Amino acid sequence: MSSSQRPSKLFRNLNAKVASIPMILTALVVFVGGTAWTVLYSFTNSKLLPRLHFVGLDQYHRLWSTSRWLVSIENLLIYGAISLVFSLVIGFLLAALLDQKIRFEDTFRTIFLYPFALSFIVTGLVWQWLLNPDFGIQRVVRDLGWTSFSFDPLYNSSIVIYGISIAALWQGTGLIMCLMLAGLRGIDEDIWKAARVDGIPMWKTYLFIVIPMMRPVFITTLVIIAAGIVKVYDLVVAQTSGGPGIASEVPAKYVYDYMFFAQNLGQGFAASTMMLLSVVIVIVPWAYLEFGGRKRG
Amino acid sequence: MVDVASLSAGTEARRRDAAGPSGPRPRHVLSRRNIFLYGTLIVMAVYYLLPLYVMIVTSLKGMPEIRLGNIFSPPVEITFEPWVKAWATACTGLNCDGLSRGFWNSVRITVPSVLLSIAIASVNGYALANWRFKGADTFFVILIVGAFIPYQVMIYPIVIILREIGIYGTLTGLVIVHSIFGMPILTLLFRNYFTSMPEELFRAARVDGAGFWGIYLRIMLPMSLPIFVVAIILQVTGIWNDFLFGVVYTRPDTYPMTVQLNNIVNSVQGVKEYNVNMAATILTGLVPLIVYFISGKLFVRGIAAGAVKG
Repeated sequence: MSSSQRPSKLFRNLNAKVASIPMILTALVVFVGGTAWTVLYSFTNSKLLPRLHFVGLDQYHRLWSTSRWLVSIENLLIYGAISLVFSLVIGFLLAALLDQKIRFEDTFRTIFLYPFALSFIVTGLVWQWLLNPDFGIQRVVRDLGWTSFSFDPLYNSSIVIYGISIAALWQGTGLIMCLMLAGLRGIDEDIWKAARVDGIPMWKTYLFIVIPMMRPVFITTLVIIAAGIVKVYDLVVAQTSGGPGIASEVPAKYVYDYMFFAQNLGQGFAASTMMLLSVVIVIVPWAYLEFGGRKRG
Repeated sequence: MVDVASLSAGTEARRRDAAGPSGPRPRHVLSRRNIFLYGTLIVMAVYYLLPLYVMIVTSLKGMPEIRLGNIFSPPVEITFEPWVKAWATACTGLNCDGLSRGFWNSVRITVPSVLLSIAIASVNGYALANWRFKGADTFFVILIVGAFIPYQVMIYPIVIILREIGIYGTLTGLVIVHSIFGMPILTLLFRNYFTSMPEELFRAARVDGAGFWGIYLRIMLPMSLPIFVVAIILQVTGIWNDFLFGVVYTRPDTYPMTVQLNNIVNSVQGVKEYNVNMAATILTGLVPLIVYFISGKLFVRGIAAGAVKG
């Protein structure tokens, strides 16, 4: 822009460049460098220490033939499907209810959102207590007279992941509700008036007019939920520690355990690279739809 | 929201106004719609509040009462002993000085992490908004894309970097890690805020001879306090609630509160004291809960900003 020739381009705007050093280092060294490093070392047979002895895809072969990893992936898929469907549905319904010009809206919103302020550790421990078969909900119902009642998801390996999902939904739906509510408030009041004049029932207005109009909000929410699903770790550690047996293991826990306990770094790197791959599969199409289209238009 | 029937009733009432009684139209409080609406909301509210209630109630009971009674029943005999024990004498491994150590560790982690991450990110955002240099946007895009990379991918390289510098296992190391991973979202937050400020302000200051730091400290900083509050809320809750970085980058004597809590509750040795566990759980959740209840709408703004990462 400026036509005057300075002695060196490098020193122009020097303060801004100096101030950006932390950002540049983080972007290049940690994000790009760290990721490349992990992917590179996932092709080695590093055990206790990282070592550049390449073994091709061996770690990946071993990974996909380990039952613990397969269980982790299966759990992640179930947990992911439940999180996506239920947090979208419950979050939207709560937002729609709060959007009816009700009294005490702030109170209700505060109640629905407070679990989100709590950590996954706290969430996991509370639900571990509530779902405790000897003292929790199962015991209470049995004491009421229904003695054959059984509800012990955390001790039953076939349904343990659902027990974890309940806790995750309790913690996270408030956030989705808030995002949806913001989306609903962004809809023009005239749309509602027009629908009312035309005599369209409210549920039809929501389903066929409002929800399609909220597409950007839904996409953002979807990306947020998806990013959260892959990261799930603390909740499982607190609630079940992966048990009973390996029934509630998740990929993030597999990575941590192999890196810092089993001292099998190669496996940890390969597993984390698979996690990265799953995120790429979700994010790239979304980024392409969101930003690729805009550039062309 | 007013439905069609009540709208027409409203015009009718207005027509009758000339002769009839004045004042607002009486509302049907117990209409079927209201019963359904508030009924659903109250049921959901009870569901969301129940775990908090059970936590508090359990923490105030003695162990015999817990074994005999119902988790939902209020305590017959209120005791604060579990709280004292959770804070001061609960054991993790060989240490028996309770959660207090974890609490102070968390304070020593959270305070500098919040300050450092916000200082770095606000200056970054300011440089990106007002002092753009060639290539700046490229780094910014990498930073934002990096926010989506699972932490597990970058954990180990950071261990090596910290070990090389000689701060692996120290609180300093953890503070740096928190500053790094807080950077994408905070930088985005500040960049967007500074970009929305009037350009004339910045130009006028430049004409008056203010430089990079002068404008930041004397104009941008005082004018953007709300966004700083949002950033502080976001970071305090986020860093306080962190578990993964705490467990990876600190040693047992510097464990943050969340890690210590998990160790206390999930330790296999000894008799399980559920009341102590619940007291410890509440104590750990207390800081973010207080931040949440005090900050109110700003918290919502913070998470909305924090959530919209793309």
